Amino acid sequence: MTLLYILGIVFFIVVMVRIMNVINLSEELSGETPDEQIARETPINAMGLLIFLGIGLILFFVTIKAYMPYMLPEAASVHGKQTDFLLDVNFIIIIAVFVLTQIALFWFVWKYKYRKGEKAYYYPHNNTIEVIWTVAPTIVLAGLLITGLKSWNEITDNQRKDGMNVQIYSKQFNFVTRYSGKDNTLGQSYFMNISDDNPLGVKKEAAAMDDKIANELHLVVNKPVMLHMNSQDVIHSMYLPHFRTQMNAVPGMTTTFYFVPTITTSEMRRKLNNPKFDYVLLCNKICGVSHYLMNMKVVVESPAEFKVWLAGQKNVFAADSTLASGSATTQPLTIN
Amino acid sequence: MDTIQTLHESHAADAHHTHHHEHEQTFWTKYLFTTDHKVISKQFLITAVFMAFLAMGMSMLFRLQLAWPDVKMPFLESLLGQWGKDGKLDPGFYLALVTIHGTIMVFFVLTGGLSGTFSNLLIPLQIGARDMASGLLNMLSYWFFAGSCLVMFISLFVESGPASGGWTIYPPLSALPQAIAGSGLGMDLWLVSMIFFIVSSLLGGINYVTTVINLRTKGMSMTRLPLTIWAFTITAILGILSFPVLFAAALLLFFDRTFGTSFYLTDIFIDGAPLEHIGGSPILFEHLFWFLGHPEVYIVILPALGLASEVISVNSRKPIFGYKAMIGSMGLIAFLSCIVWGHHMFITGMNPFLGSVFVVTTLMVAIPSAVKVFNYIATLWRGNIVLTPAMLFAIGLVSFFISGGLTGIILGDSALDINIHDTYFVVAHFHIVMGASAIFGMLAGVYHWFPRMFGRLMNKNLGYIHFWLTLISVYGVFFPMHFIGLAGVPRRYYANTAYAGFDNLVGINELITVFALLSGVAQLVFAFNFFYSIFKGKKSPQNPWKSNTLEWTAPLSDVHGNWPGEIPTVHRWPYDYGKPGHEDDFIPQTVPFSATPGSNRPDDH
Ligand code: HEM
Ligand SMILES: [Cu+2]
Ligand SMILES: [Cu+2]
Repeated sequence: MTLLYILGIVFFIVVMVRIMNVINLSEELSGETPDEQIARETPINAMGLLIFLGIGLILFFVTIKAYMPYMLPEAASVHGKQTDFLLDVNFIIIIAVFVLTQIALFWFVWKYKYRKGEKAYYYPHNNTIEVIWTVAPTIVLAGLLITGLKSWNEITDNQRKDGMNVQIYSKQFNFVTRYSGKDNTLGQSYFMNISDDNPLGVKKEAAAMDDKIANELHLVVNKPVMLHMNSQDVIHSMYLPHFRTQMNAVPGMTTTFYFVPTITTSEMRRKLNNPKFDYVLLCNKICGVSHYLMNMKVVVESPAEFKVWLAGQKNVFAADSTLASGSATTQPLTIN
Repeated sequence: MDTIQTLHESHAADAHHTHHHEHEQTFWTKYLFTTDHKVISKQFLITAVFMAFLAMGMSMLFRLQLAWPDVKMPFLESLLGQWGKDGKLDPGFYLALVTIHGTIMVFFVLTGGLSGTFSNLLIPLQIGARDMASGLLNMLSYWFFAGSCLVMFISLFVESGPASGGWTIYPPLSALPQAIAGSGLGMDLWLVSMIFFIVSSLLGGINYVTTVINLRTKGMSMTRLPLTIWAFTITAILGILSFPVLFAAALLLFFDRTFGTSFYLTDIFIDGAPLEHIGGSPILFEHLFWFLGHPEVYIVILPALGLASEVISVNSRKPIFGYKAMIGSMGLIAFLSCIVWGHHMFITGMNPFLGSVFVVTTLMVAIPSAVKVFNYIATLWRGNIVLTPAMLFAIGLVSFFISGGLTGIILGDSALDINIHDTYFVVAHFHIVMGASAIFGMLAGVYHWFPRMFGRLMNKNLGYIHFWLTLISVYGVFFPMHFIGLAGVPRRYYANTAYAGFDNLVGINELITVFALLSGVAQLVFAFNFFYSIFKGKKSPQNPWKSNTLEWTAPLSDVHGNWPGEIPTVHRWPYDYGKPGHEDDFIPQTVPFSATPGSNRPDDH
């Protein structure tokens, strides 16, 4: 096998050397000066660039049209609708700039290609033009900036209290969810409390007694949710592409993301005409060998369906267990 | 002016000194432990070419995996052994390949390779100096670079595998061998290699800046410097400011790994037990890393833009449009690039207001970048354009810089970044704007200055073939990646099979891989042309592209000290191409205004 590779490489080199010799010889025989050669070859390459531009632009729009159906479907959250709109506005502007500048670039190369004996136009600078094309992008960018920041501030406003509190707990290589129950308050969790029957390290306190733990993320349609992300080992990222939502889960801190899901799973299945469709939560920060397998099913449903589902989930602590007195962190540690 | 003059004189004096030693050189001092900047630049270039092929080979392997995740490829087993068992690429090794590919491309090829080659070659030759300010530091700079390449290469062979946490090596993943096998010995070697690399880069950078400030020949004022030199100098300053921060980041990570400190680690429960580390912050590492990491992408692209400025002006036979605006925008880009690092961290839980500040600074970088693009296009306008292979690559650079820069506007907008952060959209963006652009700039530089390095020309026809295949395949690889990203596919995934929603992207992935393989073949054409021409290329004339700059006045036969006699004096800026009233369409910098009465203009300098 290795021999075959080596033979292949040697063969390639021998063939290339032969081709080179032929090319060099024919160039010598033609008796062209370097200037004449360039005068002959430049238009060919310039034409090539023009064809590349033409075919490239056609393919650009053809592929956009062809691949559009494979892109993420319409946003299933309130803020997602807004950022999708902004994304479209941004795309329209940058595609316009892209097309115009690429055309100018390749067209000028063709138009002003080498003409023997002629001279270029000596034009070292023009302050007016330079000011114009500094100010114009500044204005456009300022517009994009202001609209972008406006929705950024709305999305990241975590003073809102009306969301259902849900913890998304990540570890190599799966997610676990914890629902805050009737009191809408999550009991605190701490890594020192982790044990076989308390995998999230939840502190035994009043707020935690009605908390429920699950292996799917269920959300109520049109009801705000406040996700609280934690990680027990390395950085993970909670990525909900259909809701245009993403936030890292970092050991030692709690990050949050507030949003409102707007389309139920069954409605989305209907819209996409795909009865097998499911929303998904993906890990989107490299976290180890099975990073690519780390995901969780997400379901958006009606309040009634949600109630039924939640009732079927396990409590973090069995109902009859008593509240621990004092700090739960006084448990003995084992450190290897 | 006075200082320049005295420097020039003292410099001319030690020229004699250097000359004296030339006969005593052995193979060792001439080709290996040399202090001659021209030889050092070749050392950098050839090392970088080897590293580039290594990293490219890796990308072929993981592209094969992404396109055909279910197909067995027996050659993988013969090539990779345990990492390719049964013809399947190991998922851990996939991550290792991605990590080392990114590290090599960014640091070894496009930082060490690009700046090392062209700063070394062009700074002394274009400013009219006998050599770098310190030949010794320069030699050390190369040997630290070679050492760091070697350590990185060795790390490929350790049993637990090379570093696998991504080129950004975020802890805790990179700090804990329990978290991923690559964070064992492989990660230690990665850090050692990086520390060598930083030393090399600092030694080089300090030398470049010192040389440009002190050793310019008579008449070479700062506003008569070619844009290449401006680009290299600004790049070097940027590196000097930001690499020490990476050094600190790497050192603290090394402490956390080796001595049990807790700079980046806290609240970790792994392998069934809590760790002792308390009080660190993984986010601190991200701040330190990106404080270098973002300037780093400009350290990669600025020299390429500098090379392109020169190549485009020479081959348009026209002065670069807006010389001072070009310098100003490079300076502004460099300054702003130091205060935008947070755009890599919008969704780490960073304070949203801080996020907004980084959005503002990030979008501001787009302004000087746009000015540069417009100036390139204005330079082509009404030119007399000669399409050498170097010029074709420079035009390719501008095209990629536009395509990739525009998507940066979307990524820099925090509200939009939420949904595309860490997806393939990002992979597409940075490959185009920093990978493809910078590689095209580097290739333009190689084709253009090859005669200056080796005294011979590269074959033009192979150059054309190389250009066309590369242009088509690079767009073919990276344009479709935007769609995969907009479909929500995360990067650093070994396979996209775990979520059914990605099943219909298989076709796009196959298309990308086919183009990736094509781009690999195209680079073989280049490699052949490069090595063949070093030995057998056509002898180059003294000034093959009819350039104005000083490097083409020094004999191509490589004299130690660059000019056999006195160093030439400079009388004008480097961009007098196509000047009306002068017979030729170029006036070298050494020609005094008194010799060109017909073409002088009031704004000449
Ligand atoms: C031969 C052409 C190339 C191909 C086909 C290629 C392909 C890829 C792909 C598919 C990935 C992402 C893999 C993943 O996230 O799972 C990747 C990562 C990367 N590539 Fe390339 N690449 C090429 C050249 C370059 C160049 C020239 C650069 C220089 C900037 C570069 C820098 C990177 C970096 C920094 C990463 C990120 C590594 C990480 O995620 O840690 N690549 N490459
Ligand atoms: Cu994960
Ligand atoms: Cu950045």
